[in-house]
Amino acid sequence: MGTLAAHGLRKSFGKVQALDGVTLDVPDGSFFVVLGPSGAGKTTTLRAIAGLEKLDAGSVHLDGRDATGDTPAARDLAMVFQNYALYPRHTVYENIASPLRARRCSSSEIATAVEQMSSLLHIERLLQRRPAQLSGGEMQRVALARALVRSPRAFLMDEPLTNLDLKLRVEMRTELTRIHRSLGATFVYVTNDQVEALSMADQVAVLKEGQVQQVGTPTEVYERPANQWVAAFVGSPPISLLACRADGDRLVGAAGWTLPRPRWTTAEDGRQLLLGLRAEDLSVEQRGNASLSGELYGLEPLGDRTVVDVRVGTEILKVKARPTVTGTPGERLQVTVDLDRAHLFDAGTGLSLSEAGR
Amino acid sequence: MAVSVDEAVSTGPARDHTPPVRRLGGRGRSVLEVTLLTVLAVVMLFPVLWMIETSIKENRDVYAIPAKFFDFKITLDHYKDVFVNPDGGRSALSVSFLNSVVVAGASTVLATVLGVPAAWAYSRFAVKAKKDQLFFILSTRFMPPVVVVIPIFLMYRQVGLIDNKLGLILIYTAFNVPFTIWMMKGFVDEVPAEYEDAAMLDGYTRLQAFRRYTLPLLVPGIAATAVFALIFSWNEFVFATFLTSSDDVRTAPPAIAGLIGGTTTDWGLVAAASVVFALPVLVFAYLVRKHLIAGVTLGAVRR
Repeated sequence: MGTLAAHGLRKSFGKVQALDGVTLDVPDGSFFVVLGPSGAGKTTTLRAIAGLEKLDAGSVHLDGRDATGDTPAARDLAMVFQNYALYPRHTVYENIASPLRARRCSSSEIATAVEQMSSLLHIERLLQRRPAQLSGGEMQRVALARALVRSPRAFLMDEPLTNLDLKLRVEMRTELTRIHRSLGATFVYVTNDQVEALSMADQVAVLKEGQVQQVGTPTEVYERPANQWVAAFVGSPPISLLACRADGDRLVGAAGWTLPRPRWTTAEDGRQLLLGLRAEDLSVEQRGNASLSGELYGLEPLGDRTVVDVRVGTEILKVKARPTVTGTPGERLQVTVDLDRAHLFDAGTGLSLSEAGR
Repeated sequence: MAVSVDEAVSTGPARDHTPPVRRLGGRGRSVLEVTLLTVLAVVMLFPVLWMIETSIKENRDVYAIPAKFFDFKITLDHYKDVFVNPDGGRSALSVSFLNSVVVAGASTVLATVLGVPAAWAYSRFAVKAKKDQLFFILSTRFMPPVVVVIPIFLMYRQVGLIDNKLGLILIYTAFNVPFTIWMMKGFVDEVPAEYEDAAMLDGYTRLQAFRRYTLPLLVPGIAATAVFALIFSWNEFVFATFLTSSDDVRTAPPAIAGLIGGTTTDWGLVAAASVVFALPVLVFAYLVRKHLIAGVTLGAVRR
């Protein structure tokens, strides 16, 4: 068992409202990612669940039982901190053993468990070292081992991969997914890296300024963003947003372009809208019926692909293209649009208008 | 993290520096520096040297004119007089030394035991009007002791703490607790709170987390703070003079001062008593000097 529910979490630090009614339901055994930019309240959410932060309002339920006032120890959770928080005066062995010592396990049990964990995470030869003698990646593994060494209700991870270099981060991503699958335990994982969120999560909660913007599977969040902000935050290169208005069966852009109006939109005529187009739904290489004309603004070769910046009026469209694409800035271009995959948002509220028809 | 005197104050020449033209004995200091330091050292250390000399001279050499620097007979009679009465038994001075040990030790221990947890609480918890509280605590040290000694004397007379070692212990603790809180808060701030958070998730209570994982990291800071508190209590003169009168209770500073005056002053005894009085603090500071320097620099640098 390891369900975890946070309802209406509110917390302010002085004048800053860190959490403004955060509600999360984490199902048993899921890899639940809380995604958001820095300052969104992700860490505070996690610390509130762990019992390290006193809430102004809201409740935390663990396995259906109200645990709002419980001490961190009583909640039976394990946490990996962003800076690892390894005890500096203790050896790696003692660091990993700490949760078992706190729960008064016998030293033979401790020895077995530490041995098992260190072989799982390939840190057997580090056991007698101290944290200061470890590299960042090794510290990360030790911190992970300390969390995994017992079987708590759920594992909380606060940006555990942020301080690692890119190669190691990719490696550890796979490793964490593997560990999650083999343990079948509940993971709550906080990150500001959308790639981590999309690649690892069963469920993603997108957080902004202490409010949950959207909860869903990675595909849902990417394909059907609830609002303009989520659409812009998730995805790389970022989604292109063009100002326009509905006019009969057409969308008329602020920059002067017109496109056929997608059938699924419900917006009434004259309403100010934002048309959201992802780079992979645009093309400079194909011909199609719906297209925008602009001029080449810049090329960004990324090895496996090239991102073409096309200027339409005053706005820039990011278009994904094959790595072989060439061009000179200022050159006229036609950009084909896959309107079935486009997104429309209300320009005022930012809310998606795409949901209803699809 | 411990920095010894040698590392902190480098005496060796900086490597990629072109050395100044004039050097003395290859010590990396110019002649001007050496001269100034020598003059300063002589000025500072001469009274100490004179005190030590006086303490081991016979009385007729102490009063000899012109003063004798080298050719005098060494005697340890004055040191004997510090501890033993001429007619046998313990001297009043030795009792005052014992009192000083008790008063300074007890007040330092009390201030540390009270101040360290308080500093931890101020560092870790959201306390209402924290800055105002801390300022209030500090403000108790704004006034020199002599300003408050009369009211404290009157209050002590009411509650019967005059001429009582407990009275001195309490007043020294009251002076050292604010100092301890302020010093230690700096040290606690330097220790990441995540260690305690991690320990609490491991299953420890907050106090266990503090004791197991934070307190050991504070030892250098506690040593530095305690030494300062000890030196304050050991050297304190004003309160000791006003609040004690009998030989059984008086601490060393007023007892030594009491030797001066009257018809004749036994300067040899005064000097010997002063040497004995100065030694413990010197020895203690020497023993914890590594912690002291690490502590002082650690607390001073804010991240």
